[in-house]
This record gives sequence, structure tokens and C-alpha cells, in this order.
Amino acid sequence: MFPSAVGSKLLMAATGLAILLFVLGHLAGNLQFFGGPDVINTYALHLRDLGPLLWVARLGLLAAFALHLSLAVSLTRRNSLARPEGYAFQTDFPQSSVASRHMWLTGWLILAFVVFHLAHFTFQWTHPEYRELHWKASDGREGHDVYSMIIKGFSQPFLVGLYIVAQVFLWLHLSHAVSSMLQTLGLKNPRNEKLLDLAGPVLATIIFVGYVSIPLAVLLGVVKPIVISSG
Amino acid sequence: MKLKLHVWRQSGPHAKGHIEEHLLDNVSPHSSFLEMMDQLNEELQSKGKEPVAFDSDCREGICGSCSMVINGRPHGPWKGTTTCQLHMRAFKDGDEIWIEPFRAKAFPVVKDLVVDRGAFDRIVQAGGYITVRTGSAPEANLTPIPKSDADTAFDAAACIGCGACVAVCKNASATLFLSAKVSHLAHVPQGEPERMKRVKSMVAQMDAETFGACTNTGDCTQVCPKEIGQNHINTLNREYLRAISFDNSNASANTGSAG
Ligand code: HEM
Ligand code: FES
Repeated sequence: MFPSAVGSKLLMAATGLAILLFVLGHLAGNLQFFGGPDVINTYALHLRDLGPLLWVARLGLLAAFALHLSLAVSLTRRNSLARPEGYAFQTDFPQSSVASRHMWLTGWLILAFVVFHLAHFTFQWTHPEYRELHWKASDGREGHDVYSMIIKGFSQPFLVGLYIVAQVFLWLHLSHAVSSMLQTLGLKNPRNEKLLDLAGPVLATIIFVGYVSIPLAVLLGVVKPIVISSG
Repeated sequence: MKLKLHVWRQSGPHAKGHIEEHLLDNVSPHSSFLEMMDQLNEELQSKGKEPVAFDSDCREGICGSCSMVINGRPHGPWKGTTTCQLHMRAFKDGDEIWIEPFRAKAFPVVKDLVVDRGAFDRIVQAGGYITVRTGSAPEANLTPIPKSDADTAFDAAACIGCGACVAVCKNASATLFLSAKVSHLAHVPQGEPERMKRVKSMVAQMDAETFGACTNTGDCTQVCPKEIGQNHINTLNREYLRAISFDNSNASANTGSAG
């Protein structure tokens, strides 16, 4: 049974929220980069130590992404079929933001970035040399030197540019998505409406600044490489 | 005023339409938009041409039949106003005006600017009714309703079903219309008996009529002649979530009439 238009949007909002929570958690993790090699590398070790739990989270996230995507396809198809013939004269829109009218486009651009990002830092297919970066904690535990990988990755201006552009698309998607989601979930009322409408742009901007700060800090030399690698 | 009009002409439901240009002189800024259209039609008729077909009835902003998209806006440039209440002083001498029918698969063009909005009737038939005890009128103060609920229900009930929300929506969604109907009856005790079934059936009917889904862009409220708020869409979503969570009865979309 296929969900209704309203039901599809409820699922879109729920899956979007799940992904949003990951985006926030991932940001909190990444910002530990500013704590130095020991902090972020220990964090990476802790993540790995979660073992099966980490896989549950990963599969959950993957499922949310898959559902969000397939609903995006079915909703967009439904919506374009609903108006086979458009208007001859259309210059502006009464209120809708550019972001709200281009969720489909920004969604796919985000997906393209996520795929690249996984190939770059997670699976290191694009830069197999990252795999040689090792780190040894003071307590003797060993792991991957995430800190140096980030420094190496973002020393390439081209890659920094790519990551920043991707964050612009994420900003666009989220600036509409967050407030929209709150309405889809029925959480808005006339009293909190103004506040919740602001939630999207504000949260999107926080996420944007947070993510962009890392590549920019490396490229501009605010954060310097610390040689700890044995590899 | 002298105007250049670009009007959509289409001789029938299956005919191919086109934009037709007309120059119209001596338009009074005091006339209403529909009076301007009447003037155009008189000129066309005097030249032996076919007048432009358009819908209108009350001409006082309450029936919702005067469906037109004027320069890309359903009901034209004025906020909270139907086409019949729009006056030509909204334009200036020498202006060009584009006049098109409401565009949606669910609103097929019948002729020129006239579209068939029967889909809205079928959505209402699917659940926009209440069970009442017929007979003598009940005592007026028998069923007290909190002021805020009464106000919200009244705001929603202001919807005249004109279809401007569908016409402006990038998805041709009927969500604002549907939400007004659902929110109206969800805020008064009279709507209680069918509350769950209503929202499910009306949502199912909206789907069957091939309307799009809601992206929460907010354009609909801006063109709504009664300025139905986005808060009703919130209510619709909440009512729907509640109904699919707690009500097992099947929704019944009237697919037979969906064209
Ligand atoms: C970081 C990743 C993403 C996050 C956090 C995210 C989040 C969200 C949220 C919260 C919504 C609002 C749902 C609502 O209006 O109730 C949304 C809408 C949407 N998303 Fe995403 N999304 C992401 C990636 C994607 C991807 C990969 C696509 C693929 C095409 C996509 C396509 C869409 C579309 C088309 C909508 C609008 C649906 C509509 O209202 O008509 N998103 N997203
Ligand atoms: S003709 Fe009745 S609302 Fe315009």
C-alpha cells in the first residue's frame, strides 16, 4: 500500500528528522578536531568501540536515507503530474523561498556530496594514502590518525571549495526543511509560528558555520598540522 | 485607461489553447476586473467574435467562482481579494495583463478561463459533513465552545472553495482547502463523531483527484482571498496522524468520479 500525500509527507519529515539528528551528531563529533589529535582520535576510537551498536545506527541512517529518497521521488513525481500545463506568465512567487522550491535539486546535490564524502574520508578510495596514517594514544592504544587525515584532506583548496559548496546546498535544503518539518509534524501554532519559522534558517546557519569552520581553519592555517604519525 | 490583454483562449476541454492579444481602450479605473472583462466581451461580440468564457456569480467575494490567474497570481495583485473584488485602479494606463485559467490536472479547462472544480465538491462529499439530529433547532447555548476554538473554526469556515490555493501551489496541491475543511470541523463538537474517518477519507479523495502534496511553501495563504492560515495545515497533519494511529476504519476515496 502506498502512503497518501499527507502520509508521505509525515514520513518525509520523520526520516528528514532522523538524518538531521545525525547531521547534528556528526557535527558535534567533527568539531572535536579543534581539541587536537588526542581528542578527535580518541573520539574515533570510542566510536569504533561501539561495535554492533554503531552498525545499528548506520543501518538505521541508511534506511532513513533510502526512505527519504524514495519518497522524494514519488512526491516529486506526484507533484509534477498534478500540473501538466504551467502558466505563460510567472515572474515571482507570493512568499515561497527559493529553497522551498528547489528541495528536489538540493537533495540530489547533497546525495552526490555524501557519496563523494564517503569515498573520500570514510572509505578513502580517492586517497588510499590516508590509510597509512596511524596514531598511538598515551595509554598505548592505537588507531587511525583522523586528525592528520583532516589536515591533509583540507590542504587542497579544490577539496575545501567542494566541501563548502556542498554546505551551501545543505544550508538551502535545511533552511526550508526544518521549519517545514515542524509544520508537517503539526507542532506549529499561532503563538510559536514566528519562532518555528525562524528555526530552519537559524539551525541551517549554525550547521553551515560549524561544518565550514573545519576546512577553512585548515586551509587558512589557523590549525597547524601536528606530526604524530608513524606512517 | 488603455490596456493590452493576453487572454487564454481554448474552445473546449480537449481543444488546444493559446494566448490571444487584445487592446482595450477606455477602461475606467473604477470598474472591477470582471466589468473590464465584460467590456472586452461586448467589444468582441460587436465585432462578431466569440466572447471570453469566464466564471462569476456573486461578484461580491463570497461564492468563489471567479477563478482567474492575473499576471501569474490567482485573483490578481491585491491581498485577500477575489477577482470580482479587484478593481482596475490596481493597474495603470498602458499596462499589459496576462489572464489565464487556474492550472491543475484536477481542474480541467472547460472553456477559455472556465475550469471544472468538481474535484473540490468530491473532496467535501468524502467527509466534509456532520451527523446532525434533524427536527427543531437546538437551544443556542446548549453546546458551549471555547472562544479560541470557535474563532479558529470560524477562520477555517471562511474558505469559499475558490481553488486559488491549488492554482498558485507549485505542486497544484489542495492541502490548504482540505485543511480548512478538516480544521473547521475538528474545532467544534459537532464534528466529533466522524472526526477520524473524515480526515482519512478526505485525504484519500484529494489523492484520487490527482492533486499534489504539500511542500509548506506558504504561497497558498498569500493568495487566499480569505487568508486561510498555515496553522490549518498543521491541524490537518495532526488530525491525520491521529487518525491513522488510532482509527482502523478504512478510508473511502470515491475514485469512480475522479475522471
Ligand atoms: C543531509 C541530508 C538531508 C536532510 C537532513 C534532509 C532533511 C529534510 C527534511 C527535514 C525535510 C522536510 C520534510 C517536510 O517538509 O516535512 C526534507 C524535505 C525534502 N527532502 Fe531532504 N534531507 C536530506 C537529504 C535529501 C536527499 C538526499 C534528497 C534526495 C533527493 C532529499 C529530498 C527532499 C525533498 C524533495 C524534500 C521536499 C519534499 C516536499 O516537501 O515536497 N533530501 N528533507
Ligand atoms: S464572483 Fe463570487 S467570489 Fe467572485
